[in-house]
Amino acid sequence: MSITQSNTGSEPYNYKVVRQFAIMTVVWGIVGMLVGVIIAAQMAFPELNLGLPWTHFGRLRPLHTNAVIFAFGGSALFASSYYVVQRTCQSKLFAPALAAFTFWGWQVVILSAAITLPLGLTTSKEYAELEWPIDILITLVWVSYAVVFFGTIAKRKTSHIYVANWFFAAFIVTVAVLHLVNSAAIPVSLFKSYSAYAGATDAMIQWWYGHNAVGFFLTAGFLGIMYYFVPKQAEQPIYSYRLSIVHFWALIAIYIWAGPHHLHYTALPDWAQSLGMVMSLMLLAPSWGGMINGMMTLSGAWDKLRTDPILRFLIVSLSFYGMSTFEGPMMSIKTVNSMSHYTDWTIGHVHSGALGWVAMISIGMLYHLIPRLWGKTEMYSIGLIALHFWMSTVGTVLYIASMWINGLMQGLMWRAYNTDGTLTYTFAQVVEASYPGYLVRLVGGFIFFSGMLVMAYNVFRTIRQTPEKETEQTPVEAVTGGASA
Amino acid sequence: MDINTLRGIATIVVMAAFIAVCYWVYVMKSKKDFDEAANLPFVDEDEAPKRPDSSKLNERATEE
Repeated sequence: MSITQSNTGSEPYNYKVVRQFAIMTVVWGIVGMLVGVIIAAQMAFPELNLGLPWTHFGRLRPLHTNAVIFAFGGSALFASSYYVVQRTCQSKLFAPALAAFTFWGWQVVILSAAITLPLGLTTSKEYAELEWPIDILITLVWVSYAVVFFGTIAKRKTSHIYVANWFFAAFIVTVAVLHLVNSAAIPVSLFKSYSAYAGATDAMIQWWYGHNAVGFFLTAGFLGIMYYFVPKQAEQPIYSYRLSIVHFWALIAIYIWAGPHHLHYTALPDWAQSLGMVMSLMLLAPSWGGMINGMMTLSGAWDKLRTDPILRFLIVSLSFYGMSTFEGPMMSIKTVNSMSHYTDWTIGHVHSGALGWVAMISIGMLYHLIPRLWGKTEMYSIGLIALHFWMSTVGTVLYIASMWINGLMQGLMWRAYNTDGTLTYTFAQVVEASYPGYLVRLVGGFIFFSGMLVMAYNVFRTIRQTPEKETEQTPVEAVTGGASA
Repeated sequence: MDINTLRGIATIVVMAAFIAVCYWVYVMKSKKDFDEAANLPFVDEDEAPKRPDSSKLNERATEE
């Protein structure tokens, strides 16, 4: 118990940077999802483009994706990885000044994105839109992140490196490689550059990057969160540590090959498309390995789901993870892809992963983390967590169901032919038929977004809680019961 | 060397690596070797030193 009691004078761990990132996760979550709601509204009501270039869908859409993936998701990953690596290595963060630089540097990256993207400054590479000066700053932040993370692991007081840190490590290393290779470009001015690659090669490298942003940023990193926070909240160790090792190596070995499924029936060589498809199908096994490992951690304690909304967030996020990692391999099959690609099904699939998995596990993680970071026993209101849980779940389900229906309908309408070989429907007819789906998506997205506001209020009240509710000398049991009380 | 030979070799190497990892984890190591690592999230408790009770651990050990 020597390295305990965060309330006493000198903190055993560097929680400052974790607190900063935790707060910004909530802030950027609200901002990114608000932009998402706005562009969803633009899809339903195109007048909301306002006729201005800066508020046009085409410029706000990359702002939305960058904000939710890199600002919201990125902050969640920084916060949780800095917390988990310290706690499971029982060592204070290595190079605290560099850690502070990762926080401020990352915020500058996000602000630069928020300024340049509406101005139309873009490389046009999806999820890598930011121009070269910002890319250089990202590289500096990321190298510092790696130094802090691996430095902390190097000076650990434990003999093992806990599995969550393996996932965080894979995420940090791979994202560094992906960013450096895909962002290689020749600058022609301060705000304009051209990709170092051309044609089909450029497309292949872009989607090798793009899919591994999903695989390593949005999957491996968040599995790291899962491997710490699910056992912690369930109060029992992970179901099978052996399975975690096997599925870790299988996941990272296979994910890196799945990118070509974004380029089915394009100029990409056929063998590369088939390779991407086969690797994507194989991914089902390691993905479900992680899901099963997380869910089975609750075996013998399923009743906790009834009383603990934080655990509900974590476990339902795993269900969405399992669903979208089943859906993804199916959609990568070339014959399925020939119908699903370029339709709203893809957007539904992405949000099944982004809202259901990434956002919900981050939210669960934050509800576990926030009271501990500020020395409180529990969140201000457990009831509001339960409310947030239902808002997130209903919002996600409305979103993905409407996009499934839209996607199937669009795919079928686009491929409908008359007997004389002409197309049965014009493109405008398909857009018109999509309108009800766009409305339902807007409602679902708005409900999910509103849940984030409920969270912000709950977080604010928790941090501002009056001292008598604080932990001070509370017996440990009272604290343990906190979440499930 | 023909590029296709290289591709074949790469497939075999990856498969061998997968089998090696499974062998290492499930045959060479016993469950006990991993228990310490699996309990790392619970070792440094500043708020809830409720260790998973060992009876549950044993149950699981026998299950596997």
